[in-house]
Amino acid sequence: MKFLDSLRFRISILFGRSRMDAEMEEELRLHVQHRADDLERIGLPRAEAERQARIEFGGHVRYKEESREAAGGTLLESVFRDVRHALRLLRKSPGFTAVAVMTLAAAIGANAVVFSALNATLLRPLNVPEPQSLYGLQFGEGVKGAQSYPNYLDFRDRNRCFEGLAAYHMTRVGLDTGKNPTRVWLYEVTGNYFDILKIQPRIGRFFHAADEQGAHSAPYIVLSYGYWHSHFQDDPGAVGRMVEINKRPFTIVGVAPPQFQGTFLLLSPDFFVPIVSLEDADTLNTRAGRWIFETIGHLKPGVTTAQAAADLNSIGDYLQTTYPKENGKMNVSLSRAGLYGETFERPLRAFVAALMLLAGLILLAACANLGSLFAVRAADRSREIAVRLALGSSRVRILRQLFTEALLLSLAGGAVGIFGGAMLLRRLSAWNPFPQFPTNVPLNPDANVYAVAALLAFISGILFGAVPVRQVMRSDPYDIIKSGSLAKLGRRITLREILLAVQIAICAVLVTSSLVAVRGLLRSLHSDFGFEPENVLLADTDLDMAGYEGEAVPAMQKRMLEAMRTIPGVASVALTNCAPLSSCGRLSMTSVYTDETSDLRPSTVAASPLQFQISPEFFAVAEMPVLAGRIFTPHDDKNAPLVAVINQVFAREVFGSSAKALGRYFKVSNGTRLQIVGIAKDGKYKSLADDSQSVMFLPILQAPTSASSLMLRSKSDPQRLAAAVRSRLQDLDVGMPVFIQTWPDALNRVLFGSRLATVALGVLGALGAILSMTGIFGMAAYSVSKRLRELGIRVALGARRNEVLQAALGRAIKLLAFASTAGLLLGILASRLLAAMVYQATPRDPLVLAGVVLAMASIGVLATWIPAQRALSIDPARLLREE
Amino acid sequence: MSEQAQLLPGTLDLLILRAVSLGPLHGYGILLRIGQISGDALLIEQGALYPGLFRLVRQGLLKASWGTSDNNRRAKFYELTAAGRKRLRQETDNWNRLVSAIAAALGTQPEEV
Repeated sequence: MKFLDSLRFRISILFGRSRMDAEMEEELRLHVQHRADDLERIGLPRAEAERQARIEFGGHVRYKEESREAAGGTLLESVFRDVRHALRLLRKSPGFTAVAVMTLAAAIGANAVVFSALNATLLRPLNVPEPQSLYGLQFGEGVKGAQSYPNYLDFRDRNRCFEGLAAYHMTRVGLDTGKNPTRVWLYEVTGNYFDILKIQPRIGRFFHAADEQGAHSAPYIVLSYGYWHSHFQDDPGAVGRMVEINKRPFTIVGVAPPQFQGTFLLLSPDFFVPIVSLEDADTLNTRAGRWIFETIGHLKPGVTTAQAAADLNSIGDYLQTTYPKENGKMNVSLSRAGLYGETFERPLRAFVAALMLLAGLILLAACANLGSLFAVRAADRSREIAVRLALGSSRVRILRQLFTEALLLSLAGGAVGIFGGAMLLRRLSAWNPFPQFPTNVPLNPDANVYAVAALLAFISGILFGAVPVRQVMRSDPYDIIKSGSLAKLGRRITLREILLAVQIAICAVLVTSSLVAVRGLLRSLHSDFGFEPENVLLADTDLDMAGYEGEAVPAMQKRMLEAMRTIPGVASVALTNCAPLSSCGRLSMTSVYTDETSDLRPSTVAASPLQFQISPEFFAVAEMPVLAGRIFTPHDDKNAPLVAVINQVFAREVFGSSAKALGRYFKVSNGTRLQIVGIAKDGKYKSLADDSQSVMFLPILQAPTSASSLMLRSKSDPQRLAAAVRSRLQDLDVGMPVFIQTWPDALNRVLFGSRLATVALGVLGALGAILSMTGIFGMAAYSVSKRLRELGIRVALGARRNEVLQAALGRAIKLLAFASTAGLLLGILASRLLAAMVYQATPRDPLVLAGVVLAMASIGVLATWIPAQRALSIDPARLLREE
Repeated sequence: MSEQAQLLPGTLDLLILRAVSLGPLHGYGILLRIGQISGDALLIEQGALYPGLFRLVRQGLLKASWGTSDNNRRAKFYELTAAGRKRLRQETDNWNRLVSAIAAALGTQPEEV
């Protein structure tokens, strides 16, 4: 027995019963032992003594239970009991649990994602020492940070409030490291840049102010850690190597530390070079024309931003009076470094704040819906609760039980939400819609994000757990046991129903809008561009970056065209300064004048067409129809009369019609006359919204440019040509950086805005659908639970299934139908707005209408499924017996 | 045995406090001490002692610590805290007042009314 006792003692420890419990057991056991000792002393044999002692002790289990009660138990123990109880209850209603967890996961996940965007862009400062005193200069009315080099030097040397001022500028160059020349982003920085930022090189050294010796001096490169890692495989031997930037020799002197990715969050550079090394003396000495992106520096300790702004403004005034021709009034202000002041920070702040608000509202709506679901559960358990109250359980204890359940759900939802959110964020961080622009916004969730998500989960648990509190506190056990119901069934419209209707309407708006957007997107993918992008490969380069100038440019372009023609599988090749809809960033508008105009001023401009410089094959390769006149020939060179092909819009704007335009002349801004030899069909050039954009095409031999975009029409998948194109071009010039993409891929990037809007609407629509679903579920479940007895009687009296459903769910279904219709109508109105973002978005589309109706109906079916099952499975006999 | 009286509800706590006020005791010791100071006149089932002990510990009137008994066994010893001492004084006064009031009431003769 002794052995058994001690075994029980050990086992109880093993199984994690509280230490207190085990101690209690031990104490009672020892009491019996002491008594047995005494009995043995007066003559009883040990076994008999122990038996006697146990009898005298009385009901062991009972006294232990009572002792445990008396001692109160530890908090942990009772929490553990609550958790176990809650888990058991949740397991018994998997539908409810799944809905609750899913809703919370969506709401908390959305909040985590939005917060981490906020965290990454606005809360986290630049990763440099002492970021709080680092400021950027803003000139003029709040928006421009750019400055000319001589002005920068004056600000640097004359100010008394900064420890020092550095400036940087972002630009794209051709980099040749001996193999595979590429176009890369770099920061041109002043020599003092790294010293001002107080950062140390990872390896090698940085360049300094002392290295600057005028234009084209200090040809040094500092690599970013990322570029060193990906292109030099962390090779320390990279330091000291010679490379070429735009065909000029540079020496790699060092590598920046991994956490330093430049001073502008939206663009992280591949490397840094001194400003003086790339620019010529002319650019560096011109005071007019502000081009250096931003000037930054640390304020001296104790200097306020107001004092600094005053100091800088006095320098601005000095510059204005000394160089009145080059400088206007400078209203200098300071802004936090990293987001280029107001230009990016304010809209970003507004955007993120709006998102945060939206996410907060979603979470609130989720809490409200879950709260009503919880109220239903409390109502369903009213009898159980009443019995417990009657038996002396305290209300606090019962509430604690309910809160435990709510918190368990919210924590589970939060865990799922943050997990999904983290996965999404990881993908978002890795995803870069514009490979040409490397951003520096690490979206990966950090400790802040996890903490906020956990906090939100906790708060929402408390929030929706609190909904049934009043219900429990007010309930009178006597009443409930007698009548079996908590509240009277109201016929009037409650606030909760109105809120739910609003939610459903918003959901329907979102569903409508996202369907409209998707349809618009699909349609614009297959709309008429005025050319045929399928099966065309684009190889874009700038001969400028490869060091070609003057006569060498057309000669090289001719060789490139010839090399392309010999590639097997290529049907035809053309050359242009920029392929339409390829986001090349080179298309600009030029002013043209009628032939009769002699005074070429802004007020006499006849049209502002986009200018394409093309080889004669362009129209054939692009399959862009020329409606009248002729296309260019190789004889339209610089010895021939100047000619142009214009599009229909141009013809209509300047001449009235295409027929009138053919053969006529017009002037460009330098007064040169061009004859119109052909009319091309209208198309899309810069964006899909181009409906009335005038365009002129000039022969590239008459209007030479170093910008060279090769267009290759392929006989099969154009991607298969990419490797051959690259190698042929490298055969021509090893140092020429090329960017190759298919034309359809380029088009996809033009559609990026529409896509983003579509995805955002889709996500919001899904969230809205989930919320509506929980809302309707809650309401339907509530109504079934309230009217269980009534429904039971109906069934007993022979009501058919559809009559029961009608009685149980009619109100919820009516609400859904009403709110969905309202939402659909609103959505159709809102789609007019949408048309501004998504090209060809129109709500007058039977498929969209059908889609919305279907979506809302499935939401209704899903949400009322469980309550409907419950209503149908009513067993009147059992129900009436129980009640 | 038949000489022993049933405990009035609530009096066990007072007896425990009194017993422990005479020196630290373990549970069994408390029973023996109560028997000793009451002349074995009270009937207490041994196990009934423990809920009372735990209640008093929780109320902060007693404190407990493990030690070794005269029998050379482990045992949990209880002693009074300051609050317990104070409570014992109060309860003793209350009890005395109650007893004299009840006694006076029971001793009243008809002619005295």
